[in-house]
Amino acid sequence: MTSIARSEALPYDPTAPLTPSGNLRRRLVVSRIAQGAAVAAAFIAVAALALVTFDVIKAGASALSLDFLIQDPPQFGGIGGGVRSNIVGSAVIVFLAGVIAVPIGVLIAIYMTEFAGPKSRIASALRLGLDLMQGIPSIVIGLFVLGLIVKTQHKDSGFAGSVALAIIMVPLVARSTQEVLRLVPSPLREASDALGVDRWRSIITVILPTALGGIITGSILAVARAAGETAPLLVVDSTFGPHLTFNWFGPMPNVPVSILTASDSLNPAGFPRAWGEALVLLALILLANIGARLLYARSRRKLTG
Amino acid sequence: MTEGIPHVSSSAIPDDSVVPRQRIQTPTAAPAPAAPPRIDGTPREAPRATVFDIRDMSVMYGSKKALDWTTLKIYRNLVTAVIGPSGCGKSTFIRSLNRMNDSIPGFQIGGQVLYHGHDIYARATNRVEVRRRIGMVFQRPNPFPKSIYDNVAWAPRNLGMKKNLDERVERALRGAALWGEVKDRLKASALSLSGGQQQRLCIARAIAVEPDVLLLDEPASALDPVATASIEDLMHDLKHRYTIVIVTHNMQQAARVADRTAFFSLDGQERVGTLVEYNDTEVIFSNPVDTRTRDYVTGRFG
Repeated sequence: MTSIARSEALPYDPTAPLTPSGNLRRRLVVSRIAQGAAVAAAFIAVAALALVTFDVIKAGASALSLDFLIQDPPQFGGIGGGVRSNIVGSAVIVFLAGVIAVPIGVLIAIYMTEFAGPKSRIASALRLGLDLMQGIPSIVIGLFVLGLIVKTQHKDSGFAGSVALAIIMVPLVARSTQEVLRLVPSPLREASDALGVDRWRSIITVILPTALGGIITGSILAVARAAGETAPLLVVDSTFGPHLTFNWFGPMPNVPVSILTASDSLNPAGFPRAWGEALVLLALILLANIGARLLYARSRRKLTG
Repeated sequence: MTEGIPHVSSSAIPDDSVVPRQRIQTPTAAPAPAAPPRIDGTPREAPRATVFDIRDMSVMYGSKKALDWTTLKIYRNLVTAVIGPSGCGKSTFIRSLNRMNDSIPGFQIGGQVLYHGHDIYARATNRVEVRRRIGMVFQRPNPFPKSIYDNVAWAPRNLGMKKNLDERVERALRGAALWGEVKDRLKASALSLSGGQQQRLCIARAIAVEPDVLLLDEPASALDPVATASIEDLMHDLKHRYTIVIVTHNMQQAARVADRTAFFSLDGQERVGTLVEYNDTEVIFSNPVDTRTRDYVTGRFG
């Protein structure tokens, strides 16, 4: 009796063919449009990347040669010569900036996720501070380091450049590390706590290794961002000569400022050099990225066997 | 030491015996009527060494009371089961014994938890040291994303027990009845093990640092019956060396593995977890004093 009444009460005919009915047709259209927009957005982003890369390769490839990589720029400007000193200088500056910034950033993230409680006021103030720090224009950071280091030492230096880039990198590393540390399952923390091992040992032997992939990726992104950063270097490390130097505490040649001066000069002869250097910079960042990911994949493979 | 408790003494039960599994039906398990059991859990027989002496423990999470006025003693080398319906404070209780609740915001504890006479929550007590002696295994297996060997060796290494590490790992894995299954692939990831194996690995990891007490918080609730049976068998072996406290919402499991059982329930309007009855397992399951216990163990409630 009741079952019959219920089937009569159904607002649709259960025996009709299973094709879209009611407003499902409209909802399917909306769904398809949303899907299309999402895919298009993704393609536009990738297309922009491809266009930039293509442009740089097209314009820079003609400048590229073995000599371009292994010779220093000519003493008094002009055509010919290579960009060896700029590449080496940039590599030194960025590498040492990473050496300064990554440990600090990772420690900040460890403090925020592992030591400060979930409701800690200090941690949330710190998070806000880091977000604001990410938004500081890099030229301002350059000016800060100019006053802090260059003015007191009375000369431009790669060291000042590294410090400026490190200031840019710290919030990037800290925030990305914080996000991946949050993804480490809390049962792992419980497990290590329950074994009577103190938190710091757990962090360095369980939590950080588990989050290593994310930390590496975040750090590489920060390095890539810093490697192309021009404004601070223009302020604190632009009066370099053409020669290769490893003196971190003196003016160091670097790629971004060299690209700027070459493309900014009245002499169009410098343009191919600028494109060539841009290509080298792009390639180096790409290589660092791929290398780090390969390293990570290898360590991951060892783990999951 | 054991002669005083005839039905539960470990010497009366051979290791491979299935007797504990039938304990409820065993007619000899009926307690002597001369000495009525008492709710506060004082054993009827000659006393064993007390490991935990819990006095008037109550727990708050923020403004919500989770556990009220719990007083009981936990004895050495016995398996003590904590049973009760969901939300009755079983997990709160067991996690308060090794200060695993400390990290929960708003956690407050009243009363005293004495462990061999030392207050677990005293100012001078270090919680890392507490957990080093009172190990814990959780509901869901939580092996580290490391190799099987490294999972077991991790805590000993970090606690400075680096001598004869291989031996220690083997002993722990044997203790957790896992050695035979994993001895040929110690370098394989712990995550490649089945759920039951992972849980036994977690037990091996816990006993590798030779704790005094093992707290098991529903260790088999995420496992299938076969894996559950192997964990239960394991407990009979482990209690010769360790004092075990197990939380379970499976009454048959408590009846099978536990020497003593505490029944918690939700009390009154506020629905606060309360200790209702604590006694030898046979008494709890065959002749409980409190009607709430009787209703629960016979399946009329919860």
